[in-house]
Amino acid sequence: MTDRKSLYLMTPALAWLTGLMVIPCLLILVLAFFRRGIYGGIEYTFTLENIWLVFDPLYAGIFVKSATIAGTSALIAVIVGYAAAYAIAAAPSRRQPMLLFFAVLPFWSNYLVRTYAWIVLLNREGLIASVVHSLGYDGELPRLLYTESAVVVGLVYNYLPFVILACYAPLSRLNPEVIEASRDLGGSGWTTFRRVTLPMTAPGIATGFVFVFVLSIGNFVTPALLGGGQFQMIGNLVYAQFLTANDWPFGAALSMFLIAIMMGLLTLQTFATERASGARKEES
Amino acid sequence: MRSQANPRLMLMILSAVFAFLYIPISVLFALSFNEGGLPTAWTGFSVKWYGELFRNKEIIGAALNTLIVAVVSTLLATMLGTLLAIGVEIRRRKGRFLETIIFAPMIIPDIVLAIALLSFFSMLNVTMGLHTVIVSHVVFNLAFVCSVVRARLKTFDWSIVEASADLGASTPITLWRVVIPVMLPAVIAGALLAFTLSVDEFIIAFFTAGAGRDSITLPMQIFAMIRFGVTPEINALATIVMTLSVIALALSQRLNRGGLPGQ
Repeated sequence: MTDRKSLYLMTPALAWLTGLMVIPCLLILVLAFFRRGIYGGIEYTFTLENIWLVFDPLYAGIFVKSATIAGTSALIAVIVGYAAAYAIAAAPSRRQPMLLFFAVLPFWSNYLVRTYAWIVLLNREGLIASVVHSLGYDGELPRLLYTESAVVVGLVYNYLPFVILACYAPLSRLNPEVIEASRDLGGSGWTTFRRVTLPMTAPGIATGFVFVFVLSIGNFVTPALLGGGQFQMIGNLVYAQFLTANDWPFGAALSMFLIAIMMGLLTLQTFATERASGARKEES
Repeated sequence: MRSQANPRLMLMILSAVFAFLYIPISVLFALSFNEGGLPTAWTGFSVKWYGELFRNKEIIGAALNTLIVAVVSTLLATMLGTLLAIGVEIRRRKGRFLETIIFAPMIIPDIVLAIALLSFFSMLNVTMGLHTVIVSHVVFNLAFVCSVVRARLKTFDWSIVEASADLGASTPITLWRVVIPVMLPAVIAGALLAFTLSVDEFIIAFFTAGAGRDSITLPMQIFAMIRFGVTPEINALATIVMTLSVIALALSQRLNRGGLPGQ
């Protein structure tokens, strides 16, 4: 009875999600196996060409480059974010909620604005350049904006708050007695961190890493704004197929791979988290 | 945990991270009040760039569009998302499939949902405009409303629902007079979050708004302006947009003591 009532309540939302998320996403899957029409439309004959085209060195290269940039950003974000979360968890407990709130606050402001802030800092007449020149340096500065590093900085900046949040959760739950036990047994500060704290907070690190990686690899705003016009990541490639090159089937095939990478990583992360929590249960 | 941390090192880490997070935003904020408008020199405090902004018809039009999209999609998403949350929580059997479909809109990459919706609309020959942006925004907004409301429902005392039924109230009456009033702070918090997300959302709007100039939203306008470079007007616009979303978020946080989603 309750289940029938619950179904009535859920139906409008589930219908909405089916009609405007599930079906459109399935459509993308189907679209990937059709041929591109001569005038940019879609020809409804089955083909695997789009799938093979993804493995073409040109496009596979863009995949690899996107993965490298996403991986670098995720790594930096995890290191910085973990350190920040550790410092917040080590602060007096009444200050922790406020510190956490201010660490996450930028995450909820507009993404474009946050990215634009870096253009203001990095461009040729930007703040960093003026500060350096006002310090007396007259030579030519290396280009800061429209580089791969600018893209990485932008991605780290945008997603860092999430990593702090993800790492803070397990760090704040850490039982201080376990740490003391390790110290009592003769573990140095570093050994205790490496052998006790780090493994016990690994799920937070995994969540943070996967999140930044997944959001970075499909990103097209940050590369478009901080990487400059010629800079391409998968997101930009997909964008181009749909809005300029008009090759929707190939764009669909690219997105399919993007979803596959994302789902694979998320499954891996769920698996790792479950194993970690299972191991912890066995210990206690 | 506290016993082993070196306080000086912790303070250094926190200062560095907060500087990294807040300097770029603060620079933007300060520059929007710089009379000369350039980062190279401070020529005096002025609000003239804000004035320029309000005289720019394109920006005002885009802001109005964003307001329409955000209000309508928030209303729809709040209704659908709240009902969904209650439905899921009173359900005894919870399949993994159900959880996945509710969770998916929050994790699916924007670009994928954006092109999926674009293909879907154009295949059905739907003329795109603000209405397609609205129905698309409802997809992720309802998921966020649902997650905020569900978090509150976890601590909900269901015995008051039984009491209401025992006293002869029908299910809709119980929902309207008992469940909803208790849930109201969480519902409003969810709605504020949805509103903020919708105001800020760029990618999905960009793909589903169609080609017309009259369906441009504020983030689309900002994106177009940024591509042409740094101007003092963007600094002012960015400051306004950022301040508004922070206010909405702080309100949402206050109403929903449980914290931000994900916390």
